[in-house]
Amino acid sequence: MNIVAPESLIFWTTLVFLILLFLLSKFAWKPILGAVRGREASINDALEAAERAKLEMQNLKADNERLLQEARAEREAMIKEARAIKEKLIADAKNEASLEADKMISQAQEAIENEKKAAMAELKKQVADLSLEIAEKMVKSELSDPAKQMSLVDEMLGETTLN
Amino acid sequence: MKFATQSLRSLLVLMVVFFSFGEVFAQENEGDASEFDPKELINGHVWDSHEFHIADWDGHPITLALPVILWTDNGLTVFSSARFEHDNSASVVVEENGNKFVRYNEHIFYADKFDKEKFDNTSTMGRPFLYEDRPLDFSITKTVFSMFLTLTLQLLIFIPAAKHYKKNKKAPRGLAGFLEPLILFVRNDIAIPNIGVKKYQKYMPFLLSVFFFIWINNLIGLIPFFPFSGNVTGNIAFTMVMALIVFIVTIFSGNKHYWGHILAPDVPKPLWILMIPIEIVGMFTKPFALMVRLFANITAGHIIILSLFGLIFIFESAFISPVSIVFVLFMSVLELLVAALQAYVFTLLAALFIGQAVEEAHE
Repeated sequence: MNIVAPESLIFWTTLVFLILLFLLSKFAWKPILGAVRGREASINDALEAAERAKLEMQNLKADNERLLQEARAEREAMIKEARAIKEKLIADAKNEASLEADKMISQAQEAIENEKKAAMAELKKQVADLSLEIAEKMVKSELSDPAKQMSLVDEMLGETTLN
Repeated sequence: MKFATQSLRSLLVLMVVFFSFGEVFAQENEGDASEFDPKELINGHVWDSHEFHIADWDGHPITLALPVILWTDNGLTVFSSARFEHDNSASVVVEENGNKFVRYNEHIFYADKFDKEKFDNTSTMGRPFLYEDRPLDFSITKTVFSMFLTLTLQLLIFIPAAKHYKKNKKAPRGLAGFLEPLILFVRNDIAIPNIGVKKYQKYMPFLLSVFFFIWINNLIGLIPFFPFSGNVTGNIAFTMVMALIVFIVTIFSGNKHYWGHILAPDVPKPLWILMIPIEIVGMFTKPFALMVRLFANITAGHIIILSLFGLIFIFESAFISPVSIVFVLFMSVLELLVAALQAYVFTLLAALFIGQAVEEAHE
């Protein structure tokens, strides 16, 4: 094995390696590893932030969805209510109208009845007056003759059944 | 399965390495200079040297002379390796700082103490350790030069990339965009699973430095021309130091639980006689495996590629070159993978050992 001189290589290898270790540690490995670690940390941070943002986004989206749902439900409820009110109003109006109409009809009927009664009473009175007048006139003319008076008394007596 | 093939391969390579180089130097001086010696080609590229061989021109090697730095009896001595005039057979004597030096087989000796006989009779493994005959050698060899190149490249790549982060807080672009996945790979697939998410940060600079240092050194070894091609990670002294650093970091990271596991294992006390030595040996076998694995894998790749190139010269025929080129291309692509894979495995195991050392007791 032709090693020139082991001590030479042992000495120089040790020296060179120690110089290398010192210089590279100080000027290369430390900055490189530091930068790499820093970058990894920032990448991790960024990823975490993205994850958080995603989660927040999801929450937001869920919130929006919920709000929309609520709004929709509210609208639905409002429409329903309005429809109910409308129907009730119509129904009420109808009811009232029919009641009013009934009332008017019954009032009219009553008025008609009253009128009718009044008319009838008038008529009766007039007929009675007329009859009395006629009867007076006839009695006057009839009773101007004593014979006739007598016959009438008779007749009337005859008609009257005295029991 | 993966580990089986890997260890088998490592074993084969070790065998090749140890068996072949015993003979290399014995043959070196007898061989006819004009004859092609594949071992020499391979050695020249795989092993270390005091010069950086760039090319041969007109029979003369063109080399970059690197400084020789010696710690001698008279103190520090520095001179250019060019003064050896490419000699490796102890025939050129260099006088400097009151000492005379010769070079033999890339080992620098005191001229008066060098004994060729003794050297040739020493085992290959023992040759670098003939300290009584030679000064301490701290030369900037080809391997050390390559290591400096890696250091420079790494600083030039990573520091501007780090500056990019100061200006740009968004997704990384350009160089940083290319490097960041690699850095994150070390963090997410090596550090965090093995050390644990609580404690990994302290070890990140170390693991990143180890990973990129080994990987870039591996890649430089695969580029076949100057100023690259230096085989750093295929050098067992280099892998030893890296493994030792991992070992030291592991030991100093060890908590109560780790030491308790080694020195007072959770077994009946009579078994401690058996368990404690095993655990202590285990502390050393782990970095030892790191050392051998990286060295063997990278050396193997280089030897295979060079051997395939060597086929052209062994057969002395240009017609074999398409075959060689196809195989070398295949091996080179494979080695690109191995370069990254071995850097990964080394870092992964380092993280695993550190993870074991800092692990808290199971509740």
